[in-house]
Amino acid sequence: MSVKVRIERRLEVSRTTQIGSILLSLLLSFVVIAVIFSFLGVNPLNAYRRILIGGFGSLYGLSESVAKSIPLLLAGAGLALSFKARVYNIGAEGQILLGAIVGGGIGLAWPDLPRGLLLPLMFLGGFLGGALWALIPALLKTRFRVDEVLTSLMLVYIASDLVRYLVYGPWRGAEQRGFPYSSPFSLSAQLPHLGTTRIHYPTLIVALLLTLAIYILLYYTKLGYEIRVVGENPAAGRYAGMSVERVILFVLVLSGGLAGLAGVGEVAGIHARLGPPEGISPGYGFTAIIVAWLARLNPLLTVLTAFFMGGLLVGGDAIQTALNLPSATIFIFNGVILFFIIAAEYLTNYRVKVEVVK
Amino acid sequence: MIDFIVSVLTLTIPAGTALLLGTLGEVYAERSGVLNLGVEGMMIMGAVTGFAVTFATKNVVLGILAASLAGILMSLIHAYFSITLRVNQVVSGLALTMLGLGISGLLGKQFIGMPLPVRLQPVHVPVLSDLPILGEFFRFNILVYISILLVPLLSFFLYKTNWGIVLRSVGENPAAADAMGVNVFLVRYLAVMFGGLMAGLAGAFLSVAYAPAWIEGMTAGAGWIVIALTIFSLYDPTRAMLGAYLFGGVRVLQFRLQPLGIPANLLNMLPFLVTILVLVLISEQAFRRRIGVPAALMQPYSREEK
Amino acid sequence: MSEVPTAVLMKGITKRFAGVVANSNIDFEVREGEIHALLGENGAGKTTLMNILYGIYRPDEGEIYIYGKKAHIHSPKDAIALGIGMVHQQFRLVQTHTVVENIVLGTGNGLRFEEEEVRQKIVDLAQRYSLAINPDARIWQLSAGEQQRVEILKALYRGAKILILDEPTSMLTPLEIKELLQTLRRMTEEGNTIIFITHKLDEVTAVSHRVTILRQGKVTAVLETAKTNKVQLANLMVGREVLFRLEKPSVERGSEVLRVEGLEALSDKGLIAVNNVSFTVHRGEILGIAGVAGNGQRELLEVIAGLRPATRGKIFINGVEATRSSIRERINMGMSYVPGERMTALVPNMSIAENMILKSYRTAPISKGAFIDRREMLNLAQRLIQEYEVITPGPEKPVKLLSGGNIQRALMARELSQQVDILVAAYPTSGLDVGAIETIWRILLSQRPLGKAILLVSDDLEEILTLSDRVAVMHNGEIMGIVEPKEENLEKIGLMMAGALKLEQEQWV
Repeated sequence: MSVKVRIERRLEVSRTTQIGSILLSLLLSFVVIAVIFSFLGVNPLNAYRRILIGGFGSLYGLSESVAKSIPLLLAGAGLALSFKARVYNIGAEGQILLGAIVGGGIGLAWPDLPRGLLLPLMFLGGFLGGALWALIPALLKTRFRVDEVLTSLMLVYIASDLVRYLVYGPWRGAEQRGFPYSSPFSLSAQLPHLGTTRIHYPTLIVALLLTLAIYILLYYTKLGYEIRVVGENPAAGRYAGMSVERVILFVLVLSGGLAGLAGVGEVAGIHARLGPPEGISPGYGFTAIIVAWLARLNPLLTVLTAFFMGGLLVGGDAIQTALNLPSATIFIFNGVILFFIIAAEYLTNYRVKVEVVK
Repeated sequence: MIDFIVSVLTLTIPAGTALLLGTLGEVYAERSGVLNLGVEGMMIMGAVTGFAVTFATKNVVLGILAASLAGILMSLIHAYFSITLRVNQVVSGLALTMLGLGISGLLGKQFIGMPLPVRLQPVHVPVLSDLPILGEFFRFNILVYISILLVPLLSFFLYKTNWGIVLRSVGENPAAADAMGVNVFLVRYLAVMFGGLMAGLAGAFLSVAYAPAWIEGMTAGAGWIVIALTIFSLYDPTRAMLGAYLFGGVRVLQFRLQPLGIPANLLNMLPFLVTILVLVLISEQAFRRRIGVPAALMQPYSREEK
Repeated sequence: MSEVPTAVLMKGITKRFAGVVANSNIDFEVREGEIHALLGENGAGKTTLMNILYGIYRPDEGEIYIYGKKAHIHSPKDAIALGIGMVHQQFRLVQTHTVVENIVLGTGNGLRFEEEEVRQKIVDLAQRYSLAINPDARIWQLSAGEQQRVEILKALYRGAKILILDEPTSMLTPLEIKELLQTLRRMTEEGNTIIFITHKLDEVTAVSHRVTILRQGKVTAVLETAKTNKVQLANLMVGREVLFRLEKPSVERGSEVLRVEGLEALSDKGLIAVNNVSFTVHRGEILGIAGVAGNGQRELLEVIAGLRPATRGKIFINGVEATRSSIRERINMGMSYVPGERMTALVPNMSIAENMILKSYRTAPISKGAFIDRREMLNLAQRLIQEYEVITPGPEKPVKLLSGGNIQRALMARELSQQVDILVAAYPTSGLDVGAIETIWRILLSQRPLGKAILLVSDDLEEILTLSDRVAVMHNGEIMGIVEPKEENLEKIGLMMAGALKLEQEQWV
């Protein structure tokens, strides 16, 4: 008698299985993280309690979570669209920074324009900045068949250095006494906030509307139909006379543009000036990959996953101060969750069958 | 002038050593067909483990060995996900980097600002280190020499041994290797583990020799430069050395060139800009073939599904 | 019978892939020192059977004996140890490596690659079997014939006594084929045993001692080559028994829809695959293209559909030249294409409804401005499902859940729901069961009275004879003749398929 383990491809993945697998992968992630925490001498229950309270347990915490979910949503919804076409833009971090540079640059250049004109201009510029940054891997992919993963990733570090160059160099504010910051934005270059919170609501509204728009685009329009067909089976797309190149260009440029908007939101809504790249975006572009993947590339679900990951970031800040843990601790969550999402995707597409053979 | 050149070069070699160690490992991993974007994470785990064990045992060798082991353990996660589960290698590698950054931060918290009781001492090569001017080049620590020695060794292994042929074949055409009875999975596991070992060593070099200290996030993107260098070197150990010292040199020079009006931060972009250029270059099929870009890079292998 | 010992004996081999039976209870015997041809159509199960012998697949049932001893072959490594070598149709060579590196791969004992020693051994082997090769060349620099020699040397270097060759002539020039056949004879003189997978009748008669014929995963005959002929082989391979009689009412032949003039196209390997092909298809008729698979049919269809460029010649749709038209333009001109590989025309993970609009999403009523009218899409899907009797749990279920027959029905439904003047259908019933075949046949026949033109390619002669109004026979990229599918023309068709007869253009119908 022997036990045979067979792995079979599962034909249909129901919606319940999908959502169940998301929840299960989160649950398992938290179990594994708890083990890691215990090993490193951190009481996991205590840490989780602090994260929960810090991120979601108070109005202040919630408002912070919402504020942090804004860039995650903008970048994450764009990435969901891009990944849906099987175009792996992993350079959203760089596109966020380019958005911050161009949007922030417009704010610095014309500080005296009326707010109603300046802010839209900044957003427009930021969108174009992020979109152009994403256009580079897009053109390299469509023209030369260069894989977009590596090029978009390399461009993240180029963008970081570009920001550093600017804030250490030509854009450094006169009043900054040697610190790498630009001059503060004029009031008309700053986004309004909801009450005393840091929720820059215009960006939030834009993010929610765009997420909805992406959902509609993807599931109700001809272009979205082409994106899904090309992502699922490029051969069928070509067979039906679709332009695969057009789809690649479109999703990269749009996801880059959305990330660019996130960059504008951060500098005009949170910092009110340009600073070092890790200050503008502490890895939002990478966390957005988790946001998109955790939502199973469903743009509407990114609203939930962005809020969840935003809360986790705020909770991470909370354990940092309360338990005196380093800021990098939160990366453990990112890493483990990401591993479990891809493992769950494998397990929902495949079924492990254990048979007893006599 | 000679003094200036020698001083730049003697600074360049240590500055490029971590890059060299990491790149040599990643060259092997990618030669087997597995892209591991987790170098940064493996490296920083090597750094923190190396520091912690050296700190606790007051033994640098133990620290370095532990760092290598940490790198291997990290790489096994990626190997399992990308080779056995055949998931997207890019995502798995990113997750590994995040994990490494997170765990190392937590693990290293207690060591921040701590001085290391022992450190890796420079080895004075007898006679040679007494030479005028050139003597400077024979007073590095042992890891520097090891990294340099590994270059011809790994080149030889890659091109002149039966195992090297097997490794390259697995990365080029796993089906061909499989048909000849090669265990593709085993070869890929070993290559990825070697990449982890080298990244761990690179991390230890930073924390017990170069710095020597533990600073949160001290790899500071070196892992990503390794990814870039691997492409830049076109998967070749000798060119990896060239590239590592080139970009190590850029880091040394950036502060010296600033007065000449060349901003350091723009120089920093260089590795990544060059890498994109190289990527465009090797997109040409004829060129790929001549150079030997692993044709099956990022492609999981499975026998039954055609 | 002779007392020659048996080299390979496979008994009762059965292999299923995801429910499809590729090999069904196959008995296969090869004698030592013979060249044994394994003949059959694409998909007959030849390669699967040999992949089992070589350890790439594990059989679900059955036993293997090598030189009379029961063998347990779990991987190519085991097969190599038993003295079995295999040259796959798609060469398993590392393009960037040298010939020597490819041959030595996985065999070295010591660490160091003793290049000189290995090279000498290869040169000796090459000389012994007159396989001229430059051991230091890189694979990508070699021609297909030379690459094949490397594959054969690879097997010989490992001490193979039993050599399996999978469709070895498919990528070779005529001269290279001649050389290969000589090499094979030379190898048997040295005591080696050769298994030769092919679907080409010429080669069977030219080189083999015995032949085993497979059809749809089963052995149909084992013959001494000397005691058979091409026509008999063709019949055994393609199958002649009538499945069912369908009524084919005569339909008035209408105006010309598709015209092809002097068409020439290259295969993926850059060889001429379609050679000076000309024909027309008219409203209300089905033109069938018969021929043994791999004689340029696939390439011909791809050129007509716009997936492959024509190197010479012209294509007209409804009198308008379409040689350089894009796929989309051809669709708009009224062409519809059902490819042989169904899944390249479908998106398996998307719903049936969404697959039904793959061609029509750009036009009303599905298209509404930038949007897709989902209600119209569902209506269309619902209607097509009913009309074509697609068995499905619902239009919103993914296509991959359907059975093969229903997938093909859905595909036909979509392609025929367009404003179609000419339907190009490749192997429309391959892999389907009898019931599904009959439905697809009825669907195709029902298009004639509607005034549609159909170009049908199939390697199932029965299908061609049942459905076509005229039959064109293709061999080696050329049209050998066009005849009516009448009983008295059967012999002619068989001869043309075997390349033994070419009708003058004036004799074509």
